[in-house]
This record gives sequence, C-alpha cells and structure tokens, in this order.
Amino acid sequence: MSNATQGFAYEEALLFELSRPGRRGVDLPALDVPDVDAKQLLGEAFRAEPADLPQLSEVDVVRHFTRLSTWNAAVDLGLYPLGSCTMKYNPKINERVARLPGFAWAHPHSPAERVQGLLQLCHELERSLAEISGMDRVSLQPAAGAQGELAGIMMIRAYHEHRGERRHKVLIPDSAHGTNPASAALNGYDVVSVPSGSDGLLHPEAVEEVMADDVAALMITNPNTLGLFETHIGRICEIVHSGGGLVYGDGANLNALLGRGRPGDLGIDVMHFNLHKTFSTPHGGGGPGSGPVGVKSILEPFLPVPVVAQAEDGSLEWDEDRPLTIGRLHGNHGNVGMLVRAHAYILSLGPEGLRRCADMAVLNANYLLARLRGAFHVPYDGAVMHECVLSDRELAATGVTTLDVAKRLIDHGYHPPTIYFPLVVAGALMIEPTESESREGLDRFVETLLDIVREAHEEPEKVRSAPNRTRLARLDETRAARKPVLRWQPEDV
Amino acid sequence: MQEGRWAVAEYDIRAELRYSREDEWVRAEGDRVTVGVSDYAQQQLGDVVFVELPEVGRTVDAGEPFGVIESVKTVADLYAPVSGEVVEVNDVLAETPEAVNEDCYGDGWMIVIATSDASEVEALLDVEAYKQHIKERADQDH
Amino acid sequence: MLAVVGRDDVADLFETIPEKLRWSGPLDVQAAQSELEVERTLTALAARNENASQGGWFLGAGTYAHFVPSAVDALVSRAELTTSYTPYQAEISQGTLQTVFEWQTMLCALTGLEVANASMYDGASATAEAALMALRITRRQRVLVSDGLHPHTRQVLATYLDGLDITVDTLPLDPTGRTARAAVADDVACVIVQQPSFLGNVEDLGGFAEDVHAAGGLLVVKVGEALSLPLLRAPGDWGADIVCGEAQSFGVPMGFGGPHLGFLTGRMKHVRQMPGRLVGETLDARGKRGFVLTLSTREQHIRRERATSNICTNQGLCLTMATIYLALMGREGLREVAHQNLAKAEYAKQRIRETPGVELVFPGPTFNEFAVRVPDDAPQALARAREEGLVGGLDLAAAHGGLGPALLVCVTELAQRSEIDRLVSALAGAAR
Repeated sequence: MSNATQGFAYEEALLFELSRPGRRGVDLPALDVPDVDAKQLLGEAFRAEPADLPQLSEVDVVRHFTRLSTWNAAVDLGLYPLGSCTMKYNPKINERVARLPGFAWAHPHSPAERVQGLLQLCHELERSLAEISGMDRVSLQPAAGAQGELAGIMMIRAYHEHRGERRHKVLIPDSAHGTNPASAALNGYDVVSVPSGSDGLLHPEAVEEVMADDVAALMITNPNTLGLFETHIGRICEIVHSGGGLVYGDGANLNALLGRGRPGDLGIDVMHFNLHKTFSTPHGGGGPGSGPVGVKSILEPFLPVPVVAQAEDGSLEWDEDRPLTIGRLHGNHGNVGMLVRAHAYILSLGPEGLRRCADMAVLNANYLLARLRGAFHVPYDGAVMHECVLSDRELAATGVTTLDVAKRLIDHGYHPPTIYFPLVVAGALMIEPTESESREGLDRFVETLLDIVREAHEEPEKVRSAPNRTRLARLDETRAARKPVLRWQPEDV
Repeated sequence: MQEGRWAVAEYDIRAELRYSREDEWVRAEGDRVTVGVSDYAQQQLGDVVFVELPEVGRTVDAGEPFGVIESVKTVADLYAPVSGEVVEVNDVLAETPEAVNEDCYGDGWMIVIATSDASEVEALLDVEAYKQHIKERADQDH
Repeated sequence: MLAVVGRDDVADLFETIPEKLRWSGPLDVQAAQSELEVERTLTALAARNENASQGGWFLGAGTYAHFVPSAVDALVSRAELTTSYTPYQAEISQGTLQTVFEWQTMLCALTGLEVANASMYDGASATAEAALMALRITRRQRVLVSDGLHPHTRQVLATYLDGLDITVDTLPLDPTGRTARAAVADDVACVIVQQPSFLGNVEDLGGFAEDVHAAGGLLVVKVGEALSLPLLRAPGDWGADIVCGEAQSFGVPMGFGGPHLGFLTGRMKHVRQMPGRLVGETLDARGKRGFVLTLSTREQHIRRERATSNICTNQGLCLTMATIYLALMGREGLREVAHQNLAKAEYAKQRIRETPGVELVFPGPTFNEFAVRVPDDAPQALARAREEGLVGGLDLAAAHGGLGPALLVCVTELAQRSEIDRLVSALAGAAR
C-alpha cells in the first residue's frame, strides 16, 4: 500500500503498518550520568512493556507526513472560501518571528521581570485589539473563539451576580454559530432561540418579545452568518440594556468591520476575537486558534486572571489579585504563539492596511454575489458584507444538491464553501472569499461554479458522483458513524 | 436533513397506523402500543446511525422525549405518542440502526408502551390528517 | 469590480451600517511596518525574554523543555498542514484526518484506553472537560480532586464548574506527598488525581479505581508530564475511566505556555459523552480506506446547547507536531528518552542527598521533577543558580507554602551532568 501507484499521487499506509522492528528516527546522546533500574525505582508504577508505538526511520517518517500533506487542500494552494472561517493568506513573516527562541522557548513560569518582551507584546496587542474593536480592556487568555465566548458568558454571569441578580436565560438568534448556544449552556444558561426576520435580520420586535428580567444576555454575530450587517443593532442593544441584560458580540466576522465599524460603538458589551480568522494566524488543520475577549469597562473587574498590568516603575507584571475575577481559564497565558503572529500582522498592516482588509473582503464577497445571482438562489438578497449565502434551490429539478456542488468544486481544485450552514437556509452554500483573492481568481471560481450549474442540468450524474479526481472518492460517513473505528488495531486482535 | 429537500418526495404513509405530530407512528393492539418513526421522518433524517432507547420499565408521558435518533448530520428527540410503561425495547437497533431506514414500520420499530389511557391513541392523527401535516410543513419551507 | 456590484466607491459597501455607528477616523494603532521592520521589532521583543534555548534549564511545573528533532518543525512548516482548516471536506483533508487517526491510536496505546479525541486546548481545560464528562455520565454533582493536581488546573476546573451547582472537594496529600486515600462517598461523580503529581511524585494507584468504582464514580487521571507515559504504568491499566493532560512534551515548543496540546482519552462505552472531534475509519465509494470526522452529533455545530462541549477549533497543528514526534521517537526511542529523564533526575536527587544544606522534601519515586528544600530561601537559591547561568526551578511558596523554602526542580534529557552538579551546589549555597 505504500508504493506510488499513479505518478505522484501517492498511496500511504498507516504508521503502524509501515513499522518494522528495530527502526527509529532519532538517536540520543549517551547517558552522562549513572544508569538506573527503572523497575526498581518505580515499583508498582513501572510500565513493564513499552507502549506499542511504530518503529520507523527518519526518512520513513518524513516521507509519510510529506505524502499525507499532499492530500490536504490549503490556503497556500488556492481559494479556500469556507464561510465564517476567514481563510485568508497567512504571511510568512508571522511564522518566522513566532519561531524566535525568545518566544518559542520562553517559559510561562519565568518571573515577569525576565520575560518583559513577551509582556510588552501582550500589552501592545491588547491595546491594538481594544482600539480596533472599541472595547476598553482585552484578555488574551482564551485559546479559541469558543473559549472566548465562555469567558464572556462567565463575566456576564459574574456581573449580574455581583449586582445581586440571578438571570437564567441567554437569547441567541437562530442564525448563530453552534458555539454560541453551546457556550451559554456550558455555563448553565437556558438558551432562548430568537427567530430572524424574512430579510435575514434580527428585528427589535423579536428581541422585545423575549426580553425579560431573567435574561442575562443576548449573543449576536454582526455581520451575521448570512453575511448581512444587523442594521437594527443599535435599537436591539438598547432593548437588552434597558431590560438589565448585556450584549455579547461574536467576533467571528470582525474581518468585515476592520476600520469601518467597531463593535464597542454598536453597543456590544463583551466580544471575542478569532485571531486565526481576522488576524491571519494559520488554521493549522483545526487550530491552534486564539480567542481573546474584549470588554467594556463595566465588565473589566471580572476579566480572567492574570492580566498584564503596569508597575509603578513602568515595568509590566502579572496581576492576579482581582477579587471579582471569573478566575483562570487557561493553564498558562493562552495560545501565545498565535498572539505573536497576530501582533506581527497588525504591525504589518497599520491603520490603513486594516481598513483595506475589510474593504477588499467586502468588495470580493459582493462581486461574487453579483456574478452568481441568477445561477443560484439567493435566499436573503441584499448588500452583503464579507460573505454571501446561496442555496441549491434552483438545482432542485436536476437532483443535484449543495453537497454535490461542493464535491464537484473539489474536482476543479477548490476547497468548497461552508455547506448546510446557517441552518436557517436549506441547502446553504456560504462563501467567504476574503481579501486575499484577486479579481482573476474570483472570476475563475465563478466560471467554475457556472460550469457546475450547467453540468448539473446536462450531466447531473457527473456532479452527483464527484469528486472524481481525488485519490479517494466520496467517503462513507454513515458507515463511519454506525460502526465507529477510532484507532488502528492489529488484525489478529 | 436538507439534502434533496427540494425534490418531490414520495412517502409511504400507512392507513392502519396512527401518527404523532412529531412523526412517530403507533400500532395499538389492546393496551400494547408499538412505536416507531414514520417513513417521512426517516427520509428527512437520512441514514440513521444511532438510536438511543429507554430501558424496559420506564414510564413515559405522552409528549415527553423517550429517546434520541441520530443521522450523520442531525439529531432528533423521539417523543412518546402515548403515556404508559415501556414494556419492550427493540435492542437490535443498537447494532443495526439502518433498520429504521430499511423497514421503519417493521424491523425498525422502537418500543412497546403498555398504555394507561387508550383514548390517547384515538387522539393521534389518522393517515389523512398526517399527510396534511406533512404537506403543511413542506409548504412552510423556503 | 465596483461597476459589477453597482457602486461608485468602496465606502458605499458599508452603507448598511447606520451612519452614526460607522467608524470614519483612522484607528489608533501603530503605523504600518515593512517586513524587515516587523522582524526587527519582534526580534527586539524576543531578545528580552529568558528562554531555554541556551541550556541550563531546570524549570518545568507543567511546561517542559525537551529535545525536538529537526524533522518536526520541517514537516509542520509545510503549508498543506499549516494553512488548512478543520477537515470538514474529507476527500481533500486526508492528510489531516489520517494524522489525527494515528494520534488517536498512539495516545490510546500510551494511556491504556480505547478512544482518544483530536485534542483539547490544554491540560487544564482537558481536565475540566474530563470532569464535565464524568458529571454527565454519572449524573452526580460532586467532584473530588487530589491536592496533587497542578494549582492552575485546579483553578481552571473551578472556573469551568462555577455556576453549575457542583461541589468540588479536596483529597489532601499524605506526608509522602501522595494522595491520601479516603472513603469515596456515593454521590461523587469522579476523583481526579494527577500522575506524576504537580510536586513530581509518582503514585501507586493500585486499588484506587476499584474504590471509586465501588461508589459508582469514575477515576480521572490527569497526566502531569506526558513524557512519563512510556515509562509509567498506563492509567488505563490502573483502571482509570478518563485520562486527560497536556502533551506539550511531545515535540511542541514551550512557547510561554501555549499553544500546547490538551488531550482526553476514555472508554468506548462513554464515547458519546466525549467532548471534541473524533476521526474514524471508513471506505470511499470505490471501497478504499479513508478517514472522516465522525460521531459529530455530540458537537456544538449540530447539537448546539445540548452538545458535549462548546469546543470547535482545537490544537490541530500541535497534534500534528506530537504525532510526528512520536513517530520519530517510536517505541524504543520514546522509552529511552523517558528513561534518560528518570536517570538524570535520579542523579540530581542523589547529589542532593549527598549535599549538606539541601534535601528532598518527599521520599519515594518521581519521574523528572521533584521538590527540594533549600537552606535559606527560594528566591535567593534561584538567584544563586542564575549567577551560574542556570534557571533553577519554581519557587513553591505560592502553591505549597507549607513546605518551607522549597523549589520544584525539573531535570530532563537536556540537562547535562555538569549543569546538574552546578545547580545542586548553587542551591545549597556551597558554591559561595
């Protein structure tokens, strides 16, 4: 199984199948201290048999993972228009600076006076994010957007409890990301879904109807997952605030607003940032991300600890002595390596560059929408921000679905858009081109989609059987879920 | 769930059964009421990969969730159409959830409830009312 | 492009933002820098941080300095691994998916359990998620935590459980620094014990799981140092139901504490209560083996407020680093590097036993970390080490003040004999 079968389209077995007794990929210096009898030292806690890991040479391992990597789509290979994920280009300078030993091999328990460069970086990045978002303070601790949401919800709880109020509900529009209700529930809140209107927007009346004195907060994504700016945001925030609640802003789509609008000015009290979306830190095949949380001053006392503070002598230190804090959310200081990359990105762009990101991202999304309108149904039509949502409705007669279109895009070398989300659109195709794409790139993508639509009418089977040009054909997810095989085991077991 | 939802679907809705508005079917034989999900429900779900059912002996109230049904991309609660005690459970579904897709009115049955109130069966939808219920929901979609 | 979208100016694209809410001024962030300037700025910041690249490093306490083979960074720098995302589209994500499947397999082998997820944020949140999982499985409201747990993990656990009406009680340490066994009440969802403990002690966990199980609870073992796994009896073999921890030691840079690699493994019978992504094997339409994300109905994007966790983006690239590291080290290499940690730490302990002025705080087995009592006070001892160019360990005053002037000292395979000798002398004050 491990031989090339089709030119450079490699097959590659699992590590365990490639393993040969006695091989290893690393040698170590000879022990420069007396050897010990591990069994005697560790007693009952000694592991008699080594864990059954594979045995491979360095070249085996290097070829294995290099071959595996060639099976992945990636931003550096082409357009990756995964809606709501902001798969923008990740500048290489970010990677270089993150690997400097003073960042990569610093220790979280080093005394603050010995890691002033890192504290300075955190301090500056906090200030940049606060300015970009219109918030007063930022904690860089959350490791991803969902942990930032959790931090925000916890601060909201702490705020109400500090005022002697117990509120049990969180309002969430039906178009929200699944992390919103999951984060609220994880902190013990009941979730009340608020329907969006026929124009895809959240309307003040809908919020008014469910707003009550046991509502702790509304969680809102703006622009929302349909790519639309929530125009009524000002009034909606007023309604929630006048009912004693707070407004949480999901910053997943902040890229659309850079330099053009600040969540803090819209009435948002607390929000998270996705540094791996808006601020170009790479997505890494599923992380690490980073999800700093920003707050207005009313929530500042509740920020997770520690926070960076300035001492009287001007040096920076960790402040843990904050009586109203929600506590610690991360074992250390968050995904600092991602903070370094995001800081480098913001420095590279400056104020004009940040605004240009939003401008080009929004222009690209509107351009795609303008060119695809007609070929695809647009369930909530209008001026979009950074992404647009289409559906497969026009293809109904052909039997071709959104899933088929997505898989056929793969044959043409494109990562598909986000599909079947948001849930308020049946058969959704959610396309976020980002600012990284040129007009030529977008035109090629449009032509490909239009070709697929033609194909759906003329040769639907070709679309329904896609992908046909990948190493593997469509994978059977049902089989995987019915009889889960979640690790490799030798065949004789 | 959304896959293929624009296509005009044909559903096998059987006259000898009664239906809940949540798409369970029931077959009453004396006070023994067998419960499963309708052809409409299994088509909407797609390939069923997991069914979680209660233990024998549990009492359920009409309208209360008694289990969970999952496909690859969706999950739905199963609601008791009538009140009573669960006296039989189709354990085979743990190993072969596909029976719900292949034979939802036969091998894909889920539980038997010994009902305490036979009139609850009469209150369920008959075949025409259930077909109308399906149609109304299809019309509501975009 | 503007003509195609029917606009005169890019600014018009933002007219759906009500005018009074639009931002028109320049943002008050630093002016744009060229690539060279950015590199200079960041290099200057990096230069102001003490770090382990120059050796003489004896600070661990949950974040460890280990050797990382060159191939790890060379491979994870490939753009196909770095600039891809969560493998939603399996046909063009097989590289990531097969890697996760291999990680899951190796982590099961190391922890002695049946199913591993595709990572959590860090060891602390993995522990909180393990507790939440146990609470769901047992439907109980009480958690018992050994005082040997890393204090930051304990704090994160408290943060996650706050507001959920859960009681967290502590199992104190006995005089040997091991968890004092006590009767487990029948309302306890789980007992959480760290192995090796924060203070470095290796515990004999014999009978622990049986006691917890007899009370209807689950045993959660948090792995304190992943590199101990190849040498220590697997937590699953002790009867642990859930194993969690931090795998930064497997090829991931210390990085000032993150990004690291939280992990969680469990038993197959509990798989539907697990948090996080899972990768499973399947076949494609032509019958060839492939891998997909599976059992996704547990997750937030489908189950929303009833999901097993809110986690979405996890620590994918760190998982890839660890998988490559484990493949390079392999069965023999990993055992050997763990053995070198043990041997070097034992050498250091022996030198401490022989040196007046310093003493080991606890008897019994340790792996690569242990508590040392110093003659005067911990900050002074650390300052003496620094004069020798050594980072001597962690002052235990904040976490375990009752131990007197004490340090947590970590000795990994990177420590050289001469550095260990100098450290012991410096801590004892004999060098003065």
